[in-house]
Amino acid sequence: MPSVWSDLEPLLLQVSKPIQYVGGELNSTVKDWDSAEVRWVLMYPDAYEVGLPNQGVMILYEVLNEVEGVLAERSYAIWPDLEKLMRENDIPQFTLDSHRSVRDFDLFGISFATELGYTNMLSALHLGGIPLFAADRTLDDPIVVAGGHAAFNPEPISDFIDIAVLGDGEEAVLRMSEIVREWKREGRPGGRDEVLLRLARSGGCYVPRFYDVEYFEDGRIKRVFPNRSDVPYRVAKHTVMDLDKWPYPKQPLVPLAETVHERMSVEIFRGCTRGCRFCQAGMITRPVRERSITGIAAMVEQGLCATGYEEVGLLSLSSADHSEIGEIAKGLADRYEGENVGLSLPSTRVDAFNVDLANELTRNGRRSGLTFAPEGGSERIRQVINKMVTEEDLIRTVTTAYANGWRQVKLYFMCGLPTETDEDVMQIATMTKRAIDAGRSATGGNDVRCTISIGAFVPKPHTPFQWAAQESPDVVDHRLKMLRDAIQGDRKYAKAIGYRYHDGKPSAIEGLLSRGDRRVGAVILRAWESGQRFDGWSEHFSYDRWVAAVVEIFEGSPLSLEWFTTRERELSEALPWDHLDSGLDKEWLWSDWQEALAGGEVDDCRWTPCFDCGVCPTMDTEIQVGPTGRTIPLLVNR
Amino acid sequence: MKAPHAQRPVVQRIRVKYAKRGRLRFTSHRDFSRALERAVRRSRIPIAYSSGFTPHPRISYAGASPTGVASEAEYLEMALQDRVDLAEVLIKLDEALPIGLDVIEIVEATTSEFAATLEASEWHFSISAPAEIADQIPGAIATFLAADEVMVERMSKNGLRRFDVRSAVLSLAEQAPPEVPEVTDGNSTTMGERALRSAILEAVIRHGSPSVRPDDLLAALRIEGLASRAIVTRLAQGPFDERAGAVTDPFGPDRK
Repeated sequence: MPSVWSDLEPLLLQVSKPIQYVGGELNSTVKDWDSAEVRWVLMYPDAYEVGLPNQGVMILYEVLNEVEGVLAERSYAIWPDLEKLMRENDIPQFTLDSHRSVRDFDLFGISFATELGYTNMLSALHLGGIPLFAADRTLDDPIVVAGGHAAFNPEPISDFIDIAVLGDGEEAVLRMSEIVREWKREGRPGGRDEVLLRLARSGGCYVPRFYDVEYFEDGRIKRVFPNRSDVPYRVAKHTVMDLDKWPYPKQPLVPLAETVHERMSVEIFRGCTRGCRFCQAGMITRPVRERSITGIAAMVEQGLCATGYEEVGLLSLSSADHSEIGEIAKGLADRYEGENVGLSLPSTRVDAFNVDLANELTRNGRRSGLTFAPEGGSERIRQVINKMVTEEDLIRTVTTAYANGWRQVKLYFMCGLPTETDEDVMQIATMTKRAIDAGRSATGGNDVRCTISIGAFVPKPHTPFQWAAQESPDVVDHRLKMLRDAIQGDRKYAKAIGYRYHDGKPSAIEGLLSRGDRRVGAVILRAWESGQRFDGWSEHFSYDRWVAAVVEIFEGSPLSLEWFTTRERELSEALPWDHLDSGLDKEWLWSDWQEALAGGEVDDCRWTPCFDCGVCPTMDTEIQVGPTGRTIPLLVNR
Repeated sequence: MKAPHAQRPVVQRIRVKYAKRGRLRFTSHRDFSRALERAVRRSRIPIAYSSGFTPHPRISYAGASPTGVASEAEYLEMALQDRVDLAEVLIKLDEALPIGLDVIEIVEATTSEFAATLEASEWHFSISAPAEIADQIPGAIATFLAADEVMVERMSKNGLRRFDVRSAVLSLAEQAPPEVPEVTDGNSTTMGERALRSAILEAVIRHGSPSVRPDDLLAALRIEGLASRAIVTRLAQGPFDERAGAVTDPFGPDRK
């Protein structure tokens, strides 16, 4: 039964938003099944509305489908209403492109932007009829590959995946495809074990089953070592150099369904060396590699023509840091003047220059809200996290925004940062009130608003805070409540300041999954078996269900939720991800952690000398930044 | 901050008839309108925009069909900044829309109040159901047509609504059974013989308030399990000719 569509179709009238299961998006591809030698299914393990806009999946889908003899289709998490009907009617997890069972494919790539997708992976495997445990899979099952940022510590899901791939996927998936193609052409010698071994020996694929872990009696890891010859002791991340050679997605997917990002995205650079110590993305994507100003302009134009979107986001970890961002903003604003094309910079650093940029991009009128991320409330805590922003910077920036016609400013913060006290968090209220005062006097009116958005900090692998004790949910929730009272209890500001927060409990589970080791896999399985799904959605997340799974699995062992989350680690402790190489020197990470505790700051290596984080020499990469001195030409013949 | 960009005046209004076919019948109206706006931009149709800080393309929709219902007769109107060649716009717009959202005809608008001329719709129900469900259909139709009032309930945005279906139904009949009455569904090889019977219903339903949808009519037939077994298609909508008892072409006046 190649396509499940005829069985699926009658069920779709009974579920919410059926269009998300239909496929056929603009710029989607259905390649001929029989003439493909290597077949990938790429999954984003969350709902379609979150997964479809994901750039990683979109890029790899296009890169793979461009190759002769290689085919890629997409799959997303199924909402519980349809999952139930599919189980009743024996319909497997399917792809959106040709509505085939995911089990029909050679490779099943799953992109984990966050650890909260793990339970949805189990749902998809189970619905697909694929054994949950990698060890139970046969030649008829796909090779399950984990990618995305969470793959930098795949140990908690190591029982369920065959492979983890770290870092940029573009070249990695092509190399893997060739290895699988060759093995299939040879008649699949040595079965599943052989192809995994070939992939592991290529150096770019981490195959958990080829590594053993030993533990001390107190629960800590004693050592991790390969159990096969020729597989590397440490598996390194992939780094794509020269982004101009990889102008993907060229044909961005345009869904019929509404998604979380109703715009097209162009990645203007990859990597970040700002050195924010909490930020895993910044640490594991080094070095900075810019796309050139002309490469960006070409992608914007090609993408707009291919999609018809009316808004373009210039994406990166800190977009205002592009060496030619001023010229890019002006060039694009000139080019699309009068065309009703909106331009936006999604993440912005606290800097008045950013307001100028935003002004330029919104020349034609759309001026809704600006977002800044001071992350910490007090000067002291911002030194700890290496977010070099003074309170004066923030007030000046926000005032400039209000004075330029921006009425709404959103500020991002974290709660539960290392060394944080109640006072650090209460400082958020003080600072925000000052910002409102400044805005009121700058505009001469009361029509200025500021929204505080705050969530709990989760220490992540491969960051200087990987050794830190995560704050307990009780303390986090207490501080969040104190902050709320300080804002809402002050009548002068209560209406001007919005307050959005994420409570601390989901973050505790995220912490367990982020810094967990192989023994956490049993907890994930237990939580999933007891009904846990869609952990990123508050209406589906159940802290109690997770805690029950933790207690059941870890009973009688030294392990616990606290052991994995609120326990501070020593330098000498072997961390579960030590054999996975992000290029960052562990000694450097530790010294940066010590610097953090001392309140010392580190500058950005793009404009100060190298501070030896280790990435460039280890990975044989270099910083690739402009300026190129080129400009964006106006379009003619339109 | 600069004043909002001045928008150019409207010089032409066009009316578009389009279809929602196959699996794209699951497109909701909101989904469709976003897809259309993008298709308009991609095909560089000189659409007019509303003025103000957030200009919107000037497109108005008339009588959109519910999500999950296919249609051969949906209508919308667009205001343009430049005059266009209608045949060329038809081809460009159809190419820019996904397959399954297909442009059928475009006319220049010469009349106003187009939406008000869409008085009724002709609906086609293709039913494939086990015999015990399908066999109830003729009796259910007779009972429905004989009644003065048939109340149904539906959840709406404002809660559960209860309304009469009968008075809006201008005609309802079962068509002659297809050539091969016995079909089996796709699972039959693995799930044993589950014989399915086909039935075709056609109905004309008057638009108005409360609006009666095709699924309301299925509910009014009071046959358990019928609604999920039907693929519904709107065949036509337009002015209702009382004498002929038929839905007529709403583009008629524009073509004169």
